[in-house]
Amino acid sequence: MLDSKVPDAPIQTMWEDHKFQMKLVNPNNKRRFKVIVVGTGLAGASAAATMAELGYDVQAFTFHDSARRAHSIAAQGGINAAKNYKGDGDSIFRLFYDTVKGGDYRSREANVYRLAQVSVDIIDQAVAQGVPFAREYGGMLDNRSFGGAQVSRTFYARGQTGQQLLLGAYQALERQVAAGKVALHTQQEMLELVVVDGRAVGIVCRDLVTGELSRHAAHAVVLATGGYGNAFYLSTNAMQCNVTAAWRAHRKGAYFANPCFTQIHPTCIPQSDEFQSKLTLMSESLRNDGRIWVPKEVGDNRPAGDIPESERDYFLERKYPAFGNLVPRDVASRNAKTVVDEGRGVGPLNNGVYLDFAEAIGRLGRDVIEDRYANLFEMYERITGDNPYDRPMRIYPAPHYTMGGLWVDYHLMTTVPGLYCIGEANFSDHGANRLGASALMQGLADGYFVLPYTIGDFLADKLNEPLVDLDHEAFVDAERDVNDRVNRFLSIKGTRSVDWFHRELGKILWDHCGMARNKAGLEKALAEIPALRDEFYKDVRVLGSADTLNSSLEKAGRVADFFELGELMVRDALHREESAGGHFREESQTDEGEAKRDDDNFRFVAAWQWRGLGTPQELHKEELEFEYVKLTQRSYK
Amino acid sequence: MNLTLHVWRQAGPDAPGKFVTYDADDISEDASFLEMLDIVNERLIAEGEEPIEFAHDCREGICGTCGVVINGIPHGPQKGTATCQLHMRKFADGDEIVIEPWRAAGFPLIKDLVVDRRAFDRIIEAGGYISVDTGQAPDANLIPIGKETADLAMDAASCIGCGACVAACPNGAAQLFTSAKLAHLNLLPQGEPERLQRTESMVDVMEQYFGSCTNMGECESACPKEISIDFIALMNRDYLKAKLANRRTG
Repeated sequence: MLDSKVPDAPIQTMWEDHKFQMKLVNPNNKRRFKVIVVGTGLAGASAAATMAELGYDVQAFTFHDSARRAHSIAAQGGINAAKNYKGDGDSIFRLFYDTVKGGDYRSREANVYRLAQVSVDIIDQAVAQGVPFAREYGGMLDNRSFGGAQVSRTFYARGQTGQQLLLGAYQALERQVAAGKVALHTQQEMLELVVVDGRAVGIVCRDLVTGELSRHAAHAVVLATGGYGNAFYLSTNAMQCNVTAAWRAHRKGAYFANPCFTQIHPTCIPQSDEFQSKLTLMSESLRNDGRIWVPKEVGDNRPAGDIPESERDYFLERKYPAFGNLVPRDVASRNAKTVVDEGRGVGPLNNGVYLDFAEAIGRLGRDVIEDRYANLFEMYERITGDNPYDRPMRIYPAPHYTMGGLWVDYHLMTTVPGLYCIGEANFSDHGANRLGASALMQGLADGYFVLPYTIGDFLADKLNEPLVDLDHEAFVDAERDVNDRVNRFLSIKGTRSVDWFHRELGKILWDHCGMARNKAGLEKALAEIPALRDEFYKDVRVLGSADTLNSSLEKAGRVADFFELGELMVRDALHREESAGGHFREESQTDEGEAKRDDDNFRFVAAWQWRGLGTPQELHKEELEFEYVKLTQRSYK
Repeated sequence: MNLTLHVWRQAGPDAPGKFVTYDADDISEDASFLEMLDIVNERLIAEGEEPIEFAHDCREGICGTCGVVINGIPHGPQKGTATCQLHMRKFADGDEIVIEPWRAAGFPLIKDLVVDRRAFDRIIEAGGYISVDTGQAPDANLIPIGKETADLAMDAASCIGCGACVAACPNGAAQLFTSAKLAHLNLLPQGEPERLQRTESMVDVMEQYFGSCTNMGECESACPKEISIDFIALMNRDYLKAKLANRRTG
């Protein structure tokens, strides 16, 4: 039975009470605890910096050459916080309510409430660090409203909010490196978790430049290794984002929760050809001023400017008058898919919808639009060659964020004692759908304000416990496994590249486990993925050697893990015979074609336990109770 | 389009390097520069030749991981554009393209087109932060900051740490990178208390790794975020102030 360890207290005072209840580590003793943090994005960097400030002996690992490169850096739009600086009725409870509702009632209320509470502290901390958020002329912080929210609670730094917040966390981390409190290991990829007597005691890493393997022991291990959107091959994730660290932990006993809850972001630049390596997101803040439409008639291939108003279908405004173009991401994405599937898509491949700024430019003037979106418009023009001031943008949904991840309790600890998981890599706060500008909030909430407290409760009674010896057989075995895997990829000497296999896997997942899923398609995928994986292990070609920088070799390991994860995504999607948020089962929709939940049968978190390769994972359920937000069918009409 | 590439290949830091010529035929003008290299690599793998190593990650021009010298220009011909955002429509059918790594003493070569830029982190460690522990912060709106100041700090803060400024500089100097971080922090009231100490420490570490600035301005024109060299003047002024202040107190 999964124990979420949610304290028995009113939600409003739960976190404060619990902070008092938790065991503390004496400030002078903290340095005697070694903590490993894997990943230096928003969650990892903020956690490592904060724990070091508190006094812990922190070892931080990143596969990048610098802790400033993680994909948090690419978040454009902003970060939510219940500051209510605009006086428009926002509150902690409203942010909590919106997040639970937006997540389609598949998240844990207690975690989400805490997230909303600490959101206000994040803004204070970031400003104190020098994050240059947008300001009004009077010098106060500016806010905007952002996808799915009816209040202005989003703080932003142009279209580079993730960059500025990550640099803030990175700088805080480097300050601790300089102080000798954090040992930062760059270009080190964690390839195995080491578990002794059921407890996480260390990791094995590969140096990406020299190929050298190394063992690292600690009293606790924190994974902050991001999401698994790249399972789809084409996504808005950075090229190196991967599931390997989390997956290795899963194979060592950490349950993987809700893997089918993946978010398809509505506003990305449509694919232009087979060679495309990734899809680029256009911040959804653009939906504040852009109007989404397609021609009313199928096959209307006239240039956008030649299609008169009366022949355009502003389908979101038509179907959802209250929210219009600002409906949540899952709703916007599915509706775009519907009109494209109807044959009304635009662009050379008829695979997009228009996002049109003409009306906003007319109403506000070009200067205002330029001030708000200049860098996004430039980015769009660089990629497509089209100028959005003259012609509407073309957008289409793309995999973007993964709500699923390692199961964690209220303390953010996984089912492996001593192993924590924070940020996008865990499953906890976004349910079946994440609201815009909430990823940065969650990563920093976990890293700055939650984990550094909860980890003390675990460590407090382990004072004077020695670290597991690096020669312990668990370390030896883990290193041997890594070595065997690396050598296996090099020895196959097949005919097809790693990327070829990744693309094929991505196609299967996108076709059958993408924006809409059904039983027949999922069963097909469940047959195709293992077959493709078998072929991968027979026919993949990885050239070069293990003792030098070898990106094909790195990628082979990541794709191998995506195969196993992809199968679990499909299995999870197949078992969840309801629609919820980003998971749309065609068999479960309302008369109007909206996602239809089945709260009687699926009001739970699906946490899957590894049972060995070739054996399906075992399902464990965490039933979800909704005491504060009443279960309703989401409606954005 | 059909292209001829001359790519720097070097197996490791101590191995000899050389240009190797590859045909890149049948490339779409909608491909990005790195996608063009992906295609070339796929073909190399098919032929049994090790692919070209190049650093890259977000492919959105923000992570700062990518960067090669293209026909002598860091990040290539398009102004204000990182290598990953450069698209092949900026080239013409039949073009010859020379592709090299960043070449600078401060960035030792790792393999092919990949260099080690960790000296930048050493500069940040010397003071590229505001010393505030988590939880110490007052309410965010307690210190009003004028929009113009905030915007200027943001201009400086938009540096992606790619190293093109160093690669473009005939002296291999890192003044633009260092001054951008200093300006970001020094222009804001939160950064004021540590302003002089920060400037002195970061500049001193910078000089351990990188060359000297002789005001050529190549860095500004290579910068994918078009960061202004005015920040270097600001840095120099603060550095002088820091030295004078130290002379008085020390």
